[in-house]
Order: sequence, then C-alpha cells, then structure tokens
Amino acid sequence: MSEFKVVGKAIPRHDAWAKVRGELKYADDFTLPGMLYAKVCRSKYPAAKLISIDISKAKSLKGVKAVLTARDVPRNETVTKFGQSTDVKGGFEGLYRVLAEEGKKIRFVGEPTALVAAETEEIAERACDLIEIKYELLPGVFDPEEAMKPNAYLVGEKDSNIVNEFGCLTGDIEKGFAESEVIIEDRFEIPFIDHAYLEPEAGISWLDDYGTINIRVCSQVIEHFRDVAEVLNLPHNKVRYIGTMIGGGFGGKEDITVESFIALLTLKTKKPVRLVYTREESLMAHSKKHAFIEKYKIGAKKNGEIIALEAHYIGNAGAYTYLSPWVGLYATVSATGPYKIPNVKIKTQMVLTNNVFSSAFRGFGSNQANIGYESMIDELAIKLNMDPLEIRKINCMHTGDALSTTKQVLKTYVALPEAAEKAWAGLGEPTVSKEENIKIGRGIAMGQMSYGRMTFLRDSSRCYVKLETDGSLIVRSGIPDLGGGQASLLSQIAANELGVPMEKVKIYNTDSMLTPLAGTTTATRQTYMSGNAALKAAREVRNRILNKAAEVLNVNPDKLDIVSEKVVVKYDESEYLPLTEAIQACNAAGIELYSEAQFNAPFTGIPDLTNIKGMTFPDFTFGAQAVEVAVDIETGQVKVLKIVSCYDIGKALNPACVEGQMEGGSIQGIGYALSEDFAIEKGIPQTPSLAEYLIPTAVDSPEVKTIMIESGGGLGPYGAKGIGEPSFNNIVPAILNAIYDATGVRIRQLPATAEKIIRDLKKNFFKK
Amino acid sequence: MEEYKIQLTVNNEKISAAAKAEESLLKFLRRNGFTEVKCGCEKGDCGSCTVIMNGKTIKSCITLAIQANGKEILTAKGLEKIEIGRKLQESFVQHGAVQCGFCTAGMLMAAKGYLDTNPKPDKAEIRKAISGNLCRCTGYKKIVEAIYDVAVGDQK
Repeated sequence: MSEFKVVGKAIPRHDAWAKVRGELKYADDFTLPGMLYAKVCRSKYPAAKLISIDISKAKSLKGVKAVLTARDVPRNETVTKFGQSTDVKGGFEGLYRVLAEEGKKIRFVGEPTALVAAETEEIAERACDLIEIKYELLPGVFDPEEAMKPNAYLVGEKDSNIVNEFGCLTGDIEKGFAESEVIIEDRFEIPFIDHAYLEPEAGISWLDDYGTINIRVCSQVIEHFRDVAEVLNLPHNKVRYIGTMIGGGFGGKEDITVESFIALLTLKTKKPVRLVYTREESLMAHSKKHAFIEKYKIGAKKNGEIIALEAHYIGNAGAYTYLSPWVGLYATVSATGPYKIPNVKIKTQMVLTNNVFSSAFRGFGSNQANIGYESMIDELAIKLNMDPLEIRKINCMHTGDALSTTKQVLKTYVALPEAAEKAWAGLGEPTVSKEENIKIGRGIAMGQMSYGRMTFLRDSSRCYVKLETDGSLIVRSGIPDLGGGQASLLSQIAANELGVPMEKVKIYNTDSMLTPLAGTTTATRQTYMSGNAALKAAREVRNRILNKAAEVLNVNPDKLDIVSEKVVVKYDESEYLPLTEAIQACNAAGIELYSEAQFNAPFTGIPDLTNIKGMTFPDFTFGAQAVEVAVDIETGQVKVLKIVSCYDIGKALNPACVEGQMEGGSIQGIGYALSEDFAIEKGIPQTPSLAEYLIPTAVDSPEVKTIMIESGGGLGPYGAKGIGEPSFNNIVPAILNAIYDATGVRIRQLPATAEKIIRDLKKNFFKK
Repeated sequence: MEEYKIQLTVNNEKISAAAKAEESLLKFLRRNGFTEVKCGCEKGDCGSCTVIMNGKTIKSCITLAIQANGKEILTAKGLEKIEIGRKLQESFVQHGAVQCGFCTAGMLMAAKGYLDTNPKPDKAEIRKAISGNLCRCTGYKKIVEAIYDVAVGDQK
C-alpha cells in the first residue's frame, strides 16, 4: 500500500471554489431553448375516491401544451425501487403510482392527480386551477394504532393497512422478566420530520436526436433511470439520468421526485420540460421520516445488568409503502442498541395511514430505535441510582460479541464504551448557572449504526480511473454528490494511489449512461462501496505503472512508490522516473492505463423476517454524543450549551469532511430533539413553510466538539468506516437525557418543546 | 400584468430589462442569468437568495425587482473583485465551510454585509448576524469560524 499523501488530509474538495464563486449549476439553474414549464396538480384531500377528472378547460387555456392524467401514463403503477439491481420481492417493493387514478383512492394531501406543461410557469399554474376533479370524500385514518384495528378504514386497495411485520427473538423473554429484579416500561412517540434541505426538488428533461429521454435532476439515485423507463414503457437504455450536484438530500431525494413527471411531459410534447417545486410543495409532496410509537420494557438485575428487553415499534408509513419495510428492518435490528442482552423480543409493524408517505431519512429506522433504548437505559440508571455512563459500561458489547437482536458477530473494533467515555470527558468543567431559574444538565447516549446497505440487497459499486498522457488523472463514477464530498473523496483516493496532486484529478460523475454505476448515495455507503471501487481501479493502474517503471529502472516493483508525480525508489528518492515518462513507456508498450473496477459488499440471503438472525449489514460505526443543556424552568426553554460527538470512523480520509458530517449531524439532531415536528392534523400538514417547520439556526447551535477515533478497522478503503448517518444518531436521546438531568422531566413525546417541559414541570411541582 | 423597464447595476454590470410589477428581485436576477442567487423558499425564511443592495443585506425573494431600479446589487459572483469578498471565499474553502453549497452564496453575502458594518465581531455576534440564513449540512461551526478568521485577520 502506498503511504498517505492526499488521503487523511483536510484538503478542500474539488467543488468548493465553484460553490463560493456562485458558478456551480444546480438542477434548477439549467434552461433550454423552447422549454416548457411544468406544474403538478395535487389533491387537497387526504382520503377520497377519485370520481373523475375533467381537463378540458385547462387544455384550452392559451399557452398550455399538455395536460396529462393517469390515463396518459404508459405504466402508471409500478414498484418502488431504490437502485438495487437484484429483486428482493417478498413485500419489500411497494406500489409506485405516478398519478391518482379514477375509481381509486386518494391517499394524502398533495397526492399528484394531473400534470401540466405550458409556455410559462404562471400559465401552468392557472391551468392546474382549471382542472376539475370530482371526489367522494372518505373518512381516512391518520393514527397508526387506529389503522391497525380490525375494520379500520383501508388506506389503499389491500385488505390491511399493515405493510410489514418484523421480529427478533433471542433467549426466553418470559424467563428474562421473571428473573429481573427491576422492570421498567415506557412509551415514546416520535413525530414525522422533514429533510428540509435548502434546495427544493428540481429537474429538466429533453429528447435527444435518437429519441432518448434525458433527465437532469438532483437525485440521490441515478439508477432510477430504470424506474422512469418502466413508467414510460421504454427500454431501460432509452432513459438517461444526468445528476447535478445536489443541494442537500438526507434521504429525501432517494425516491423519485420530479423525474417521472417531466419525462412524461417531454415524451408527450417532444419539448424540454422543467419542473421546480416550491418550498411548500416540497414540504407537502416528498417523503417524511417515519413517525414511530415505541413501547419498551426492560428488566435488569439490581447491579444494572440488563437481562430482558421487549420492544414494540409501530412505524407510521403514511400513504404509500416506499422504503417503509427497510426502515422497519433497520429499527428492528437496532432495537437493543450496543448492549448485551440475553433475552430479547422485538416486534415492528409498519402501517399505512392517510398522511404524506414516509421513506428514507438520514439514520433510517436506527434513529428511532436509538431514541428509545437510550432513553430507557437512562431511566434504568435513575431507577437504580447508578451513574449513566457506568450502566452503559456494564452492559456494553465488545469486539467479537454479537448483536443482541440478530446475533451478527461484530468483527471490527467496537469502540464502546471508549467513545462514550471520551465524549463525556470532552464536556469539560460543568457550566455553573448564575440564575436560579436556569438549570444545567448533562446527558449521554451511545450506539451503533450500519454503513453500507443490508447485505441481502447484494450491493455493488463501480469506478473508472485513467492516467492521461500528460499525467493528469480522470475518474469516472456514477456517484451522486449530496454535498458530503462523496465525489471529491474518489478523486482523493485515486490521487493518493497514483501520486498525483488533487488539482490534476478531474472527476466526471453521475451520468447513468456514461459513468460506471456506483449505486446510490444513501445508507452511508459511498465511502465504503465506491471508495473501495476507486481504490481497486487506481491500484490496478498503479501496479501497471510500477511494473513498467521497474523494468526501466531495473529494480523490483516492490521497491517502488509514486510520490509527487515521480516513480521513486523507496528510501532513495534520488533515483526516479517522472510519471509522464512511465506513462509514455506504458503507452508505447500497449499497456492499459485505465481500469474499471467493481466492489461487491458481502452477499447474504433474505432472513426469516419473523425472527431475523445472522448478518444483515456489512459492518457498523460506533459512537457516542454527550450534551450539556440549560433549561429555563420558568419558560421551559432549552438551550444546548455543549455537544461532544465522538465516533470511531476507522480512518478519516478527509478529516474536514468527517468533521463536517459530525457537526452537521449533531445540529440536525438539535432540531429533531427540540423543534422539528411535521405536524399533520387529520391529514392536513400544519407546517407548510420554513417559518413553521423550524430547523436550527446559527444561534440555536453550539459549537460541536468532535473527537475522532481512528481504529483503522473499517471495511472501507484504508480502514475507513462511514459517518454520514451515524453522526445523526445518539444526539437526540443525549439531549433528552440532559433535559431530565436538569429538570427531572422525561420527554416521551418529541420534540421537547418549551410547552411540554413547562407542563411537566408544573405536574411534578404539584406532585410534590 | 404590467411591465416596467428597470435599470440597475449587478456586480458592476449595467442591466436594463423589463420587470413585471409583482416579480421578485430573486426571479428577475435568476431570469437574467444570475443563477448564483438561489431560490430556497421565496418567503424570506431561508436566506439562500441574500444579496447586497446599495450596501444593505437583503433577501431578494421578498424584494420587488422594481424596488431595485437605479440600485447597485452585489451577488456572490461579484465578491471576487472585492478584497473582503475574496478573503471570505478563500476562508470558506479552507475551513470546509461549504458542503452542498446551496446556502453558500447567500451566506457569503450575509457575512460580507455584516463585516462591512462590524469588522471586528466575536463569534456570538457572527452567529446572530447569519441567523437569517439557514444551512442544513454544516451545523454552522465551520461557517462561523471562516467568517471569524477573516475578521481576525483584518485586525492584525
């Protein structure tokens, strides 16, 4: 292996300058001559039967070029996929319905009913208003517990609202509770939240000379070209995705957003069509993070040893299935956290309701599980009058132990309780309150989160690396860049292996037809998957260069390295061959200086879903967050004073990017804990703007202290682990535990608003 | 809808174009090629569209295009020609204060506008000054540090 020259350094990513100069083009910055503007007509009702749609008035409006309903869609109903090239089936693929169909049910406010393309945005909007739709209003069901009851209103066409049920059984749960000396039970309610990326969904489509549909869009999954082709009833190779740099995703751009709509309108009009969601439309129409109801029961010995854990999760899937089954699986597998518990029973039910659909969101179901188990263990510590860190240490898994749910053995380093101890210590001296009404409290939470997709999805990624004759480097990869520096990282890896400075690397990325498919930028998988693919491709080219240079220099290739564009003899860098000469020598001998490599994750079969056992993830990232809060007991207002985030990231390939994930993940968690609630009343969203849906501002956010453990034990390149999603774990329960520490108030219904805290403080006051 | 001919200067470039009576400055600027001014909410909530108009930091989505008649507008693309603008750009890049970058152009304008009025702020003041500009990726720490370092650098 080459030594680290570019990898491991906090170098600016390749796109940073274009961004600060305002030169980078995002999806809604593209226009084409003669393009039309699209609008989506959407349902105002959460539950109804769609009787009929009359588009005649809209169609006759001057400037309107097309009005489409479900009847015009070649395949209006397909299945929801998210980039996988192997089918899993077995209830995992939900219904993807492009437009609501006459005679069928409307399932949520914002469900698309018709599409318009017109010469201007204003005309398209007016045309939408002219579409006449007859509905027969239906009662709907909004609460998942109601939706599970027999004879409940049915959200869809199937005879049950329950999408999936999953389970995990370990040991003997009855015996576990019988032997317990302390038992605590609790129930938590976690709301829907929104990704609230700054860039609303946008895209433009056009037909090229050969009848191919081209779509330029901000998507986390360019493999959706296949799904759009299915909708259009075209061969897969006639739909091409050109991904733009994405203005934030967090899972919200994992499902198809604008693409099917603009592709259908382009196919109909033969013209370029552009569609950009308004913020209100974005909030209303894209997926949410699943609201969860969690019932927990844990049993322990008086010494703090947990011997039984039972959890029942009810996930609110909203109106359509989308990725709900996978989210449910993540929650199920994560339910016991990083704790060794001999007797376990987990049940998860994902349930349809007449709310906007839920799907992927940073952390998937792991966050919801983490909020539950880390609140419960804190309650247990209080009940047993134990130190919160101590009780975690007593029950913590170690390297070589198995997850208490699936029994998957943890083969890489389990950086717990190390990360928790470091995070806790990182808080430093306690803040002393100078005012009587301000109470200071501290909380900790720890856990594990997978990186890489579930192994039965059989994931792979490809990458191409080529050395040009002038010594510059070309990387091609289908990798979508969400802003995490995913594309830049591949350049860094290739530069490191081939001894080329970052400035001489150019990455061409995110074209479904011209760049090797790298899979989705989701599931914290790109550093691991595409990083390994880039490393494999770069090393193949590297070896060819070294072999040829070895001939020229008449030394063993093992003795050579590539440093600063020279092939050097290790430990004697006075003897070298310039890289360009080595390239010339290879080219003259017909040696290929490019490579396209594929990296495959471990593959497993589909587990028994009633009792999931064995490997379901390639590996996990372990970490902890510690928090100090100040709570005003007169107003209930919480201010987060300190956050320490500590994770084992294996190897920090670009420390600035890793810190960026850890800092951003923590602050997103402040919103989840304290202010974010995508409230829906009887199916009507109550937070249609960023003035109502409150994400943290700079004044709400403390300076996050980050501590990186570099165990080198990860499955990614150079021993790296993923950090994108894990960094958003632990923060929410850490804040909730800190609020308890400060006030004695246990928040069981998120978010922890001032109103809830003050209400509970008053209750506690009168109890005394 | 009535249209008005307006004249304004954007990054020292004279623009003369028609604006609809109710058109926002944001839409006008984007329509005229200044796509660095980003549209995140059109309600003044997110700050992605922040520009500087006659020395004052404004949100262009809640400003009418016709209000900009005769005014001087500075956007992120004009920062390079101004010393403090260049320093802010360099500092954002070096600190890793840019992730997805969608808020960046607006954030830079908010920072530039604030440093013009208060060249030696502390970090808490910087946080307050950019609190009308949302960022979902970075957690703000590196953005605040990037702005602070420019301010501190100028103090030397």
